[in-house]
Amino acid sequence: MPNTTDVRIDPVTNTLIREGVESVINPFDAYAIEEAVRLKERLGGKVTVLTMGPPQAETALKEALSLGCDEAVLLSDRKFAGSDTWATSYTLAAAIRKLGGFDAILCGKQASDGDTAQVGPGISTHLDIPQVTYVKKIAEISAAGALVERMTEEGYDSVETPLPCLFTVVKEINTPRLPSLKGLMKAKSAKITRWTADDLGAEPEALGLDGSPTRVINIFTPEPRKGGELLKGATADVAGELVELLKDIVM
Amino acid sequence: MDYLLTEQQTMIRDLAKKIADEKIKPVAAHYDETEEFAWPIMKILADSDLFGIYIPEQFGGLGGGVMDMCLVTEELSRACAGIALGYAGTGLGAFPILLYGSDDQKKKFLPDIARGRRLAAFCITEAGAGSDAGSIKTTARKEGDRYLLNGTKQWITNAGEAEVYTVIALTDKTRGARGASAFIVEKGAGGMDFGKKEKKLGIRASATREVIFTDCEVPAANLISKEGMGFIIAMKTLDSARPGVGAQAVGIAQGALDHAVEYARTRVQFDQPISNFQGIQHLLADMGTQVEAARALVYATARMIDSGAKSVAKESAMSKLFASDVAMKVAVDVVQIFGGYGYMRDYPVEKYLRDAKITQIYEGTNQIQRNIIAANMIKEALKR
Repeated sequence: MPNTTDVRIDPVTNTLIREGVESVINPFDAYAIEEAVRLKERLGGKVTVLTMGPPQAETALKEALSLGCDEAVLLSDRKFAGSDTWATSYTLAAAIRKLGGFDAILCGKQASDGDTAQVGPGISTHLDIPQVTYVKKIAEISAAGALVERMTEEGYDSVETPLPCLFTVVKEINTPRLPSLKGLMKAKSAKITRWTADDLGAEPEALGLDGSPTRVINIFTPEPRKGGELLKGATADVAGELVELLKDIVM
Repeated sequence: MDYLLTEQQTMIRDLAKKIADEKIKPVAAHYDETEEFAWPIMKILADSDLFGIYIPEQFGGLGGGVMDMCLVTEELSRACAGIALGYAGTGLGAFPILLYGSDDQKKKFLPDIARGRRLAAFCITEAGAGSDAGSIKTTARKEGDRYLLNGTKQWITNAGEAEVYTVIALTDKTRGARGASAFIVEKGAGGMDFGKKEKKLGIRASATREVIFTDCEVPAANLISKEGMGFIIAMKTLDSARPGVGAQAVGIAQGALDHAVEYARTRVQFDQPISNFQGIQHLLADMGTQVEAARALVYATARMIDSGAKSVAKESAMSKLFASDVAMKVAVDVVQIFGGYGYMRDYPVEKYLRDAKITQIYEGTNQIQRNIIAANMIKEALKR
């Protein structure tokens, strides 16, 4: 995703201008990468990191490789431009199908630019596999399935799921490591696989702005809420006044 | 200033900087206060491969040199010179093996040091042998296929925490310094004990203890080079390691100076930031210039050592002398810029002052460095 300290919006399409903006790993995805690498270190296997974005997203993928991912794939094509969460998850799911077999897909709970938290669940829907969102711990995982803790406002749910499954993770799940020098050197010389719309064999009308059923009409900062009305006086009077005020409001 | 680092060196410096900023800075005050050894940070440094940068690739390292080690030491010292010493002290302990160890010794000890699985320590100083390192009393007596070490080493950095110790001891008391030899002693060797942890003015996150040998058994295979080489090994080790102290001093000075610039820009007195006042500006300018000059001398010396130069004693002494004097002066002036806030322990700069002082003392006091520099200058003049 673009470094959000430096975001500009295209005045015509109301989408993010990605050109010339540095690409960084979405902070929430860093936890997904760490968890995937930890699973690999514990159980073996291979971690492939996948993103859709402009060519400069390669920097973020290389960072992921330096953190222990084995392979990286960048989906980059002008035809993907303007994708909403539906088209994005459709495109990513198509690429995952093309990659072949997988046991688990890990995503950050949301991107810190759009904050929708829809792409992860969208991918699982397109692939028709189960999903568990807001995972804060993968307690058990094997070929038979996984037992995970799903964070809620009050505590957590224990969820059992078969594999393959898609998990979106929260920052409570781990502390991401820093890259190692050997990892950085490996990443520097690593080749990133780059796929276009043609490589995916995807329906052209399902991609990019055309494939996006939602449109951003306007982006604005909401007006700050005005202070409420303060009622003063004896308790009985104030209570009466309040009832009168509330009477006309349908709640 | 651009020092034309290689791509790999830039990567090393940036990673060390990231660790210093993200992992060390937030805990520096804690370890300074508690005097605990920062094992969690050592683990991070180990996982990042930084312990191996100056160790050859065939022994599990990344094949760099003193320059690479200086870059890391400087960056870590910007955040905490005490924590940085766990790293740099390991380099000092590893140098005798790197410079004079046999292939078997290198194979046995360097890979674990390169991975940060074992820290190292260098043991020469004794209660009666500081600047006069030739007057050490610790002995090593050969008995069959082992040596028995007896004596007490004092103020040993990383003692108790490290697992590999390179120790200078006399194999022939009658020959003085020429009768000294160097040994590798592993923690846990029978007859090896540690004294109490010393309480210090600065670098309080660094562990400093006595290492006590009482008929301590060391396999004969752990003798580095041959008997009688101990003093030469020690001097060459210190020649290679002194730019590391210089780098630590540059890091301390830079860390303190960064605080001073930030403070001067934001501290308002007489209705304006104090950075508007020429008195402050000139202090900053002098400090910035001195730090850059110290860094240039340290890097130049480190590169000279890495190029394989035969004699580096003079330059190595100069880099340590100049950088440590700069660190002390800068730390004093930074505290001055902070005024009362600089004197308070709730603010970060008094620590730099406490940490800076040791760089003028250890690995040869600055008076001894001047002796080395002058002696080499006179020797060079005689040769002409």
